[in-house]
Amino acid sequence: MSYEAKFKVWRGDDGDGELTDYTVEVNEGEVVLDIIHRLQATQAPDLAVRWNCKAGKCGSCSAEINGMPKLLCMTRMSTFDPDETITVTPVRTFPVIRDLVTDVSYNYQKAREIPSFDPGDAKPGELRMQQVDVERSQEFRKCIECFLCQNVCHVIRDHEENKPEFSGPRFLMRIGELEMHPADVSDRREIAAKDHGLGFCNITKCCTEVCPEHIKITDNALIPMKERVVGRKYDPVVWLGSKLGIVKKGQDTPSA
Amino acid sequence: MTEIERHSYDVVVIGAGGAGLRAAIEARLQGKKTAIISKSLFGKAHTVMAEGGAAAAMGNVNANDNWQVHFRDTMRGGKFMNSWRMAELHAKEAPDRIWELEHWGALFDRTKDGKISQRNFGGHEYPRLAHVGDRTGLELIRTTQQKVVALQQEDHAEHGDYEARLKVWAETTVTRLLKDADGKICGAFGYVRETGKFVVFEAPAVVLATGGIGKAFKVTSNSWEYTGDGHALALLAGGTLLNMEFVQFHPTGMVWPPSVKGILVTESVRGDRGVLRNSEGKRFMFDYIPEVFKHQYATSEAEGDRWYDDPDNNKRPPELLPRDEVARAINSEVKAGRGSPHGGVFLTVVDRMPGGAEEIRRRLPSMYHQFKELADVDITAEAMEVGPTCHYVMGGVEVDPDTGAALVPGLFAAGEVSGGMHGSNRLGGNSLSDLLVFGRRAGLGASEYVDGLDARPAVPDAEVDAATAEALAPFEREGGENPYAVHAELQQTMNELVGIIRKEAELEQAIASLGKLRERIANVSVEPVAVGAGGRGYHPGWHLALDLRNMLLVSEAVAKAALERQESRGGHTRDDYPQMSADWRKVNLVCSLAGDPSSPHVALKRQAMEPMRGDLLDLFDNDELKKYLTAEELPAGLAEEAKAEEAGEAAGPGATAAAAKGDAKDDEEDGR
Repeated sequence: MSYEAKFKVWRGDDGDGELTDYTVEVNEGEVVLDIIHRLQATQAPDLAVRWNCKAGKCGSCSAEINGMPKLLCMTRMSTFDPDETITVTPVRTFPVIRDLVTDVSYNYQKAREIPSFDPGDAKPGELRMQQVDVERSQEFRKCIECFLCQNVCHVIRDHEENKPEFSGPRFLMRIGELEMHPADVSDRREIAAKDHGLGFCNITKCCTEVCPEHIKITDNALIPMKERVVGRKYDPVVWLGSKLGIVKKGQDTPSA
Repeated sequence: MTEIERHSYDVVVIGAGGAGLRAAIEARLQGKKTAIISKSLFGKAHTVMAEGGAAAAMGNVNANDNWQVHFRDTMRGGKFMNSWRMAELHAKEAPDRIWELEHWGALFDRTKDGKISQRNFGGHEYPRLAHVGDRTGLELIRTTQQKVVALQQEDHAEHGDYEARLKVWAETTVTRLLKDADGKICGAFGYVRETGKFVVFEAPAVVLATGGIGKAFKVTSNSWEYTGDGHALALLAGGTLLNMEFVQFHPTGMVWPPSVKGILVTESVRGDRGVLRNSEGKRFMFDYIPEVFKHQYATSEAEGDRWYDDPDNNKRPPELLPRDEVARAINSEVKAGRGSPHGGVFLTVVDRMPGGAEEIRRRLPSMYHQFKELADVDITAEAMEVGPTCHYVMGGVEVDPDTGAALVPGLFAAGEVSGGMHGSNRLGGNSLSDLLVFGRRAGLGASEYVDGLDARPAVPDAEVDAATAEALAPFEREGGENPYAVHAELQQTMNELVGIIRKEAELEQAIASLGKLRERIANVSVEPVAVGAGGRGYHPGWHLALDLRNMLLVSEAVAKAALERQESRGGHTRDDYPQMSADWRKVNLVCSLAGDPSSPHVALKRQAMEPMRGDLLDLFDNDELKKYLTAEELPAGLAEEAKAEEAGEAAGPGATAAAAKGDAKDDEEDGR
């Protein structure tokens, strides 16, 4: 069942690089990461690739296969024609360190700017929540932080200049997760728009499409967040109520 | 001259899985300037692979549960080889650690009354595992990761610097621990993956939380990081490893396709009504219930099936026996020619859940996804093929149970890299809670140790020079072997000769092979790449060349201890000594390094097991104790009784001096 496949793999560093041709053995049941590993073991011992679990659970091996953002470990070779040349390149939105490995520190910076979970006065062991209430945030906590959604998002994919004002789908979803967490007492609606660029999102759903965990990022996190932000700011009843002092405005939580 | 960065901390934690993060959080909460050294990116640790849950006797689902029952289950699972003090601390403190996680933002699945839900698991008497679907490890990592970030935000507010007191060194690997002239820990030496630059971390206390050794085996559920780094670092620094022969082969790893062979199929499949069948369609686990567990498990399919809904009036199905039992049973079925087409057995949930396919997808979302994407198998309609995979090492760094302190002053260990807690076999679900309980204790122990020092130990130049030379050596050698080829052979050797079933001749052969591999590992060479310091930027071949030293040392430790222990118990099965021996239970096997420091070898010694405290012994029935303990170890009255029995049996044919091990052995033999 094995055959020789044609691969083009991007080799190089931050400065420059090029697609290098390889012909490499493929066996039944293998995924693209197996082929990259075979290249390492037999033809290119210095080929840099980031990977850990090889089971789609850690989100380390993100790359672009024939231009599509994918996890290398979850892309089966059987989805390609044996004659097809398979092109593997690093994710485009982040600077290349070497070969298929990119510098994803942007994501860790954004994570730090979102105010953390705040349980208020509740003590450990006291929290009571219903399954139906935790399920909304649980969906977002399935995220394996592969950053494919960040990579594909057009707001930053070819627009480096938007990075300071835009945290990307992964971290806007994190804000949504905390907003919908039944036990959290902070209010991150204002900063979602002001500091993290929720308004940049024009719901093209590319993030949802590439999510290997099939999280409905746009429908379940970003759109509801947009509604919440708008509700807080523009709802005429809330506006009137707060003018009259009937509706008490909560404290906005600043970015961390 | 090689450029070396220097950074100073109070506590350096090596490893960023559950234990490492929990230790670092604790050290930082104690006011210590702390570094987390992570071999991968932050949040990618192997802990994310844990599926089933975290065992903690909160009693949310069955109010009869308490720490005593959990302690008892843990000791039984470990076949009484556990450090009883660790098992006690673990059972007592696990609930607080879970509630603490929830307080940090974790979202566990809920009971109807809004508490944390708990699920059944192998070896646990009551539903005990706090869980989030089948991705509990990810929740644990994300929550501790986010707690680290929360602490960094506090520091940012106070000092204007997120990393003022807690810094994560992502993709950084430690290759040596450093010791001062008095033999105390004074820091660690490593390299940054991206640049290949060397870093000296000056610190009076180091916590090892590096996880396991699975990458020394060919079929494993472990990721590339699991190369026994912490085990080897401890040995090289003069520390000791406890009972390394005990390696857990998880009964259910994927066996097909070959590229995913070894990847885990969670035990929750069995906890949620999944059953094991052989090629004849038989639910074979009923044939493999060992005598020691006879009274806790169902003897008919009907009773086993009733248990899921009425656990108080029925006994549990034998699919939920401890992992070592199930793994051996599968091994026996395959050997007897009753395996599945790809050399495993069948595990199925088809028609097992009242809610049908819908319920399967809801209860086991990751497994549904994993089989669909990787094997093109729809688990709602087809059986899975599964077989044993190297999953966890029970053996590890010998530590003080209360503080995690190793024998070397300033060195601490927690999680899989430490030894003792799980005895000869770990129960599913006890790992995640172990990480939290002993991660916290090690962080606390390290902080208290630092507080007690008069002066910070200085890092001797000679130590740094030696570590630098060692790390550069693969570049200095020319025309040596490819590290990947040597690694593959090491894995093959361990898998074939030191695997799930062991025998004397094969173990001797393994030790001889490892001796030859030692020379080849000392000879591997790599070429510089185009980027980074000295051509060392993100250089996977070089990383593997350095990791090989660690895998060789732990492999030697496992093989030598496995040869020494002439009995079968938990994660150590000797074909030539199939019985469990009460005399061997009293013996801990302790590994250290001896011989020429430039090429040390593993030396082994026997060390007596500390007798269990009386109030803990009282938690067990006398009949059960008799199965594990020697006559002298039993409480006074019982000892007389046992001795009398022994004398009576000694007259019979085939009786041995250690008859007190009793019924256990005969039936266990049948069970294999």
